[in-house]
Amino acid sequence: MHLNTETKPKLLWLQGVTCNGNSHSFLNLESLEQLLDKFELLYHPLLASTFSLSEITSLQNSCDILIFEGTYDPEFTRNNIPLKEILPYYALHAEYIIALGTCASFGGMFQSLAPERNSGLLYKVEEEGGPLIAYKKRVINLSGCPVHPEWLATTLQMLLAKHTIVVDDLQRPRELYSSLAHHGCTRNEYFEWKVDTKGFGLKEGCLFYEQGCRAPLTHASCNTILWNEVSSKTRVGTPCFGCTEPSFPRTNYFQTKTNMSIPQDVPLGVSKRAYLTVAGMAKTFHIKRLEGVLIDYKRDH
Amino acid sequence: MAKITKEERKNGIISAALALFSQKGFYVTTIPDIAQKVGMSVGNFYNYFSSKEILAKELILYISDYLGKNLREINMKEITTEEKIQEIVSMYFKMASDKPEMIEYFLRVYLSNREVFGSDCAGMICVSSFVTEMMIFFEEGVAKGDLHNQDFFSAFGLFMGYLGGMVFLFGEALLPEPLKEYEESISLNIYNALKHRD
Repeated sequence: MHLNTETKPKLLWLQGVTCNGNSHSFLNLESLEQLLDKFELLYHPLLASTFSLSEITSLQNSCDILIFEGTYDPEFTRNNIPLKEILPYYALHAEYIIALGTCASFGGMFQSLAPERNSGLLYKVEEEGGPLIAYKKRVINLSGCPVHPEWLATTLQMLLAKHTIVVDDLQRPRELYSSLAHHGCTRNEYFEWKVDTKGFGLKEGCLFYEQGCRAPLTHASCNTILWNEVSSKTRVGTPCFGCTEPSFPRTNYFQTKTNMSIPQDVPLGVSKRAYLTVAGMAKTFHIKRLEGVLIDYKRDH
Repeated sequence: MAKITKEERKNGIISAALALFSQKGFYVTTIPDIAQKVGMSVGNFYNYFSSKEILAKELILYISDYLGKNLREINMKEITTEEKIQEIVSMYFKMASDKPEMIEYFLRVYLSNREVFGSDCAGMICVSSFVTEMMIFFEEGVAKGDLHNQDFFSAFGLFMGYLGGMVFLFGEALLPEPLKEYEESISLNIYNALKHRD
């Protein structure tokens, strides 16, 4: 199924229980105007739109692409109309439904507000149990807290270009979520040689063992599609919090869970034995260049 | 008579060298001593190992792999952490009784003559297969809630230092009973020392 692009596809941006984070993130898109020019924006909570919220909640329209931001709580209302009425109405005829953010994908931050009834559109954390499970083939999960604006833009452009979006086992586009946040991390050399950072916010050192970094376990292209085109969490010295995964939110973001000094979780797809063997060997070597402040390093002549 | 393969020859050298090194020490043992014990010429010996130091390194890798393989089998078993401790102690003491040259070599050559092994064996590299399995054992023990979460080396030293000490006493013929007699009490002591604390 592909979008009919003879006319501008109609885009509707609905919100569940949300902090507006994905909306705000989207406003940082460099090509926001050019992208929006390609759609008819029926409604967006922060942008000029064709219809008001009351017109949208009167359930008289239909959209081609439905973007849903926030956790789904069937009892939560917009303009006094519960989500359990609004969401199915627009989802029924939408060609594509984008679950935007980790809340809409897996329940996320607001799942715990009412754990018995809250969920993402398809998933309740990692289990299928959302309201749109019957429409699974039309739903695209874009997880992230928030979602990188380019990930949404890329997805919308792919739909406009009638590309088939290949998804992973959590219904996320492989194009965006097959690599890990670790890929492209400027600290990779420190990870390889197991040189841990000596403190928060420093440019040098790996954040995996000392600072709770989840990048080697997290599907996200944060270090290949940079934030604001220049940066990422790890580049400024903050560990990856693993916000694109169903396990988000967790606790103790700045601590690596260790058992007898050994990380409980090791890089994705790597056996603990393999990781410990290689890490033990790497730790044996002392590489002067990696142990000090990079800018102060001088080669021995 | 079947022809002895190169691999068998190599293993023969390893056994002979282990025995000589652990009895006489690394420096006193010469390559002609080893060659003579195996029944080969000194020239032929060099086809297998190009120096005494390289042979020494091969031996510690051999022992570490042997221990690592046995530990891995125990780690893979569906048994409690306490039972794993018993099996590790039993395996280690059995090795010390049946193949004393292996433990002797580890304690008297590897740990006492670190300069022989040089940077090739820096840190834990040459005993990695053994240490990695101990890491797996401890990590899983904590993850299951059986062991107290603490620094790895504090736990490792308690476990292996205790066993090494007992084997040393055994080697010096200072223990009144065979090693096996101590397995149960030592396993319990180790478990009590490492177990999860409320």
